[in-house]
Amino acid sequence: MSTRLNSGGRLLDKARPVPFSFNGNTFSGFAGDTLASALLANDQLLVGRSFKYHRPRGVVASGVEEPNGLVNMGEGASFEPNQRITTTELFDGLKAESQNHWPSLEFDVGAINSKLARFLPAGFYYKMFMYPRAFWKHVYEPFIRQSAGLGKAPTETDGDSYEHFYHFCDLLIIGGGVAGLQAARTAAKSGARVTVLEQTAHWGGRAVVDGGAVDGQPVTEYVDGLVAELGAMENVTLRTRTMGAGVYDHGYVLGYENLRDHTPDAPGPRHRLWRIRAGHVITATGAIERPLSFAGNDVPGVLLASAIRDYAVNYGVSVGKRTVVVTNNDDGYRTALALLEAGQSVPAILDARDDVEGSSLARRASDSGITVIPGHAVAKVKGGKRVEGVSVCRQNGSGDVVQEIACEAIAMSGGWSPVVHLWSHCGGKLTWDAEQACFRPDPERAPTGDAGQSFVTVAGAANGNFELADILEDADAAARTAAKAIGHTIRKSKSPKAEREEVAPLAPVWLMPANAGIELRSKAWLDYQNDVKVSDIQLAAQEGFESVEHAKRYTTLGMATDQGKLSNINGLAILSDALDRPIPQTGTTTFRPPYTPISMGAIGGEARGDVFQPLRRTPMHDWHDDHGADWEPVGHWRRPYAFVRDGERVKDAVYREVSNTRENLGLLDASTLGKLIVKGPDAPKFLDMMYTNMMSTLKPGKCRYGLMCSENGFLIDDGVVARIDEDTFLCHTTTGGAERIHQHMEEWLQTEWWDWQVYVANVTEQYAQVAVVGPNARKVLEKLGGMDVSKEALGFMEWADGEIGGFKARVYRISFSGELSYEIAVDAGHGLAFWEALMDAGKEFGVMPYGTECLHIMRAEKGFIMIGDETDGTVIPQDLGLSWAISKKKEDFLGKRAQERRHMADPKRWKLVGLETLSGAVIPDGAYAIGSGKNANGQKNVIGRVTSTYYSPTLDMGIAMGLVLEGPDRMGEVIEFPGTEGATFKARIVDPVFYDREGEKQNV
Amino acid sequence: MSDPVTALNGATFNAGIASVAEVPLQGMITLRGDLSAAAIQKAATVTIPGDMPTAGRARIEGENGVAWMSPDEALVLCPYADVSAVLEKMQKTLGNSRALAVDVSDARASFRISGPHAREVLAKLCPVDLSPAVFTSGMFRRTRMAQVPAAIWLSDTDCLQVISFRSQAQYVFDLLVVAAQPGSSVDLY
Repeated sequence: MSTRLNSGGRLLDKARPVPFSFNGNTFSGFAGDTLASALLANDQLLVGRSFKYHRPRGVVASGVEEPNGLVNMGEGASFEPNQRITTTELFDGLKAESQNHWPSLEFDVGAINSKLARFLPAGFYYKMFMYPRAFWKHVYEPFIRQSAGLGKAPTETDGDSYEHFYHFCDLLIIGGGVAGLQAARTAAKSGARVTVLEQTAHWGGRAVVDGGAVDGQPVTEYVDGLVAELGAMENVTLRTRTMGAGVYDHGYVLGYENLRDHTPDAPGPRHRLWRIRAGHVITATGAIERPLSFAGNDVPGVLLASAIRDYAVNYGVSVGKRTVVVTNNDDGYRTALALLEAGQSVPAILDARDDVEGSSLARRASDSGITVIPGHAVAKVKGGKRVEGVSVCRQNGSGDVVQEIACEAIAMSGGWSPVVHLWSHCGGKLTWDAEQACFRPDPERAPTGDAGQSFVTVAGAANGNFELADILEDADAAARTAAKAIGHTIRKSKSPKAEREEVAPLAPVWLMPANAGIELRSKAWLDYQNDVKVSDIQLAAQEGFESVEHAKRYTTLGMATDQGKLSNINGLAILSDALDRPIPQTGTTTFRPPYTPISMGAIGGEARGDVFQPLRRTPMHDWHDDHGADWEPVGHWRRPYAFVRDGERVKDAVYREVSNTRENLGLLDASTLGKLIVKGPDAPKFLDMMYTNMMSTLKPGKCRYGLMCSENGFLIDDGVVARIDEDTFLCHTTTGGAERIHQHMEEWLQTEWWDWQVYVANVTEQYAQVAVVGPNARKVLEKLGGMDVSKEALGFMEWADGEIGGFKARVYRISFSGELSYEIAVDAGHGLAFWEALMDAGKEFGVMPYGTECLHIMRAEKGFIMIGDETDGTVIPQDLGLSWAISKKKEDFLGKRAQERRHMADPKRWKLVGLETLSGAVIPDGAYAIGSGKNANGQKNVIGRVTSTYYSPTLDMGIAMGLVLEGPDRMGEVIEFPGTEGATFKARIVDPVFYDREGEKQNV
Repeated sequence: MSDPVTALNGATFNAGIASVAEVPLQGMITLRGDLSAAAIQKAATVTIPGDMPTAGRARIEGENGVAWMSPDEALVLCPYADVSAVLEKMQKTLGNSRALAVDVSDARASFRISGPHAREVLAKLCPVDLSPAVFTSGMFRRTRMAQVPAAIWLSDTDCLQVISFRSQAQYVFDLLVVAAQPGSSVDLY
């Protein structure tokens, strides 16, 4: 059984017991435990079921590479699935549940799949679920959804907060093991700003577990010294619990900081995403031990040798009293020695190598009395839910059992794979190191920066150096290379020296035993999480999936949440063997960020809740909100769609607002309309180019409605232009057009007409603008008093500066409703007070605020177009009956030449007309009119479409505007618009101006 | 005439790792023109006589100042009540120069972020190196604050000031409150 030892546990605070629960059972661990070490200490070897066959699975690893130990964590708003128990720090009250089992972890019905394994080979989904077609939706999919999947989806909104942080440094070092720390110390001497990220809560990485001596000092003390020294340096930033998640172009790196996962009750954000710009990056990301592929290598109790060592040394946990070590390299011996030291027994070390003479570690193991059996391997693991023993065979055979050894745990070591992920993210290439049987970074093909320079250097085990002495030397060299790359110099100094072991070379072992038959191969797991076995990869190869990327997708090797950290190299070695080609020719799959999954919350950062998106508010926003505004998004603005009274439906409010504005007095908050100041001696010339009509002839004090087209002739914006003085114009744009048209003007001024004497400024937000509309508009202004707003003093399409009710105001007599109308701009800081003054003074005249829908209906009744309704980027002013606003006199304007193209001048272009339904009903928005006959595809011919459609309370009928083939020539004709559910709307083509055609009402 | 109001009526937040306060209305004038021309420089510095600041810098003392915004744009600061008078003075100084000077005081909102963690609060929102060694007094940085444009400068030790658009004042204030939430110090600078 797995248990807590009396000795060991360098990370534990044994004075602080920590209670937690797993699958409803209460356990106890210590402060400093991970969830995995605490479960092992409580003999909870079984932690989950596998994805496909629902096999019992236990912890395999001790870090980020763990494939099996994934749990549903927490409850309610803090629930999160797929949390890795080997990296989850234990805290008081932690609640976790194992995943992927039904009805229970101990007894899982789905385990029947394991018995059916021969019917569920690689590519099974593709082969089985294709036919019959109808089965997918009704039989296969529901079944698969029931039986597959890892964690549960959360049911509540995430209760935590997250944030980003922008960080800048000269040198970023990813990895706080001995290599990263050594590189930091060397580099920091140059004065460069150095930041070191360590994904765990502890410094020192593997070295502190594996031991050794540096300059005569135990490595743990050496590491403590490094950390203390670096911590005291002004130019060094050290962050634990912060993973280097991804390396991107130009030294951009994402760091993922875990702030509160280990103290969930503390205030503040849960995760912080570091968005780092580094001059140079050193990846000192270490290496990951590879499993060995033998039958039953997934039985709970079979762990990586390094993990067994970690649990013993760091957490004082023994996975089993008797542990058999199986290895193909020297490192496995370290585990045997560590276990002996912890008082556990190691019945045998099975070494796949025939010759271990040269190994000082092997000698030490023998000298300690451990039986070393060279040339031997695991034939098969005995036991189901936990290891009971091991059958031993010769490595160079087919699995004939020569001996059986009873044991509770198996420590396997298949060699080490450098963590090359971060090197590879931005294009760093790898080279195959045949001697150590691993891919390592190729310094000749590094990720490159803007000038083609390498911006990533690798140090330590990540660079394929697995001996402490080599790691320190390499880290020192990497720091010097990096410092040079960013223009810093480091004075020569002595590199620290570590003791060296005598090493016997590793023997590449991809399958154990070498000639294992199908029986054994189909129980030898490569990818634990996705249940991919040696036999699956071999089948994929046999079926022609030769590319590693294809084999990956066909078998799902490396596609689980661990992204193949344990399985990748073993899998592609098997694939290479099956295809009889060298491993480097097969290559690796692509390493993509993030290194391990990061939370969605961290990616979103602060952008949630109130600050999910910036809302733009006018100075009167809160007043509107207090007075029943039903909000409508217009760009990032919110505008009142209507002001809804108690007991009123929204559409009733809209109709009330229309009637009241036509009969009495309405107020519209028009602050969102764009206002651009265009000034300079060339401003008239410039606006003549910007607008289709003539602006240069406009007199100061006057307003003119103008249309703006893109250089392709399409209508992009409209609005009223006021000439302030000879050199200055104020151009109104649509609400959504302010920034866009400002940018449009700047682009032309900066790129084409840079020598024109014109400047543009966007003053949209300087003003609160109120449209005072209706027959009583003048009366309310006169009551407030101030400037003369009479017809004589301020005629239609004129503007004037003055005072109204004591407010400094600019008054434009323009109308988008057809009524007597003043648009009045005051400084935004006075906007609310001015609005309230108008509401107050307007009481006796029946004043009511109105919203955007009322505005839309009134403009439609008048046949005024709306950018975005009548236009969609394909419409030119000529389509809309606006030829009158296109100057014939001007030599040029933006869009002029485009509008002369054959297609633009085509008389068959759909043109704007009014539409009046025969029944009085409202045609659905966007409905198409059908003509006679069918097109080439057998569809009914289409001859027009509705662009705007409303119920007009003024006329008590449905009115619409639409673009219709030869529309203006077909006045009085009735055309048909099919609606939904078989309805057809018959509408008569009429003039688009439904109301006050002569314009008498606005011109009083 | 009413008293002019800021977008958020002087909202404050003091319960986090830094204090956030909306600043009273500040006179702001956008000046566009060739910043290398003598007349333009003179107009740009009417409220704070001296040199025109170079790229990315400002000279601000109290409510008066001038900030470099782009090669052809400066921001002139003055007391809110003085805007008309300052504009008039600028127009005189500009004479017939090719330039545009316009009051934008009401188009803006300003915030002050103060306390030992003030720099960190902004570094959570702006892609700017705000470390004390790099972001120093006299710098004026136009940048992005989460999803909106902003300009920032160091108005005092441990005190940063932000200018945003008025319509986005609530968003900016809310952002600052989130970034300054208790327990969120980075402890970096």
